[in-house]
Amino acid sequence: MEGKQIMFAIFAIVIVVFSIFTVTSRKILRAAVSLLMVLIATAGLYFMLNYQFLAAVQLTLYAGGIVVLIIFSILLTSQLDHKFEVVELKKTIFSALAALAGFIVVVTTILEHSFEADTAAATEVNMEVIGKSLLNTGSDGYVLPFEVISVLLVAAMIGAIVIAKKGSPVKEEKSNK
Amino acid sequence: MNPGIPLEFYLILASAMFFIGVYGFLTRRNLITILMSVELILNSVNINFLAFNRYLFPGKLDGHFFSLFVIAVAAAEAAVAIAIIINIYRRFTTINVEDVNSLKY
Repeated sequence: MEGKQIMFAIFAIVIVVFSIFTVTSRKILRAAVSLLMVLIATAGLYFMLNYQFLAAVQLTLYAGGIVVLIIFSILLTSQLDHKFEVVELKKTIFSALAALAGFIVVVTTILEHSFEADTAAATEVNMEVIGKSLLNTGSDGYVLPFEVISVLLVAAMIGAIVIAKKGSPVKEEKSNK
Repeated sequence: MNPGIPLEFYLILASAMFFIGVYGFLTRRNLITILMSVELILNSVNINFLAFNRYLFPGKLDGHFFSLFVIAVAAAEAAVAIAIIINIYRRFTTINVEDVNSLKY
């Protein structure tokens, strides 16, 4: 019991500290690596909640896929030794105020409600349950969003290829003026 | 279930992450760092879904599948956003949002 609280504290500290690094670091590659640490700590939280499948998906898809994609695009578009200029003081203050106000509103709303944890037996989330739910058309089935997601993935793939491929040479010349 | 860790801890942690992402979204001027802030926001929402699912409805799996689909949508969104960013870089040779100010010329 004590050990779980310590683990949660470690994950929470890692998430908050590296999230702040992600949005304030002046070197873009450091920001990307901080984002990687945040995503890994989030996968740790999923393990603590006993969702092993989703933690594995988080590690492979987010930490392995999206972060690598972001790092590739950083290498394609930025000079690595370039440092961002310091954000103006006025903008920092107003953005921090907006974020802080939102945070306070949300936290006071959360603390006003009392959540009673349900002590019913938890369904075990193993591969059999996940597979049957994803392809089930009944009341606990998710076959419609599953199919919609597959169409979305094809559309995103084709869209990414069409957008990122090189245009005709005339257009390229025009864009340089 | 985690005895000793109330649901509120997860919710407060997720909202802290969400508003750090909002702060980054408001202050950053580089398209890729803005995209990273959006990833933070999406991730905090996933924590909320899973914590609610585990603590309040342990017999159901709706939160679990919701976050699975959120992750898939986030991956598709990141791929398209990075394609657009690379295209913008090719035309303007910068990805600073303040220098990208013409749609057509």
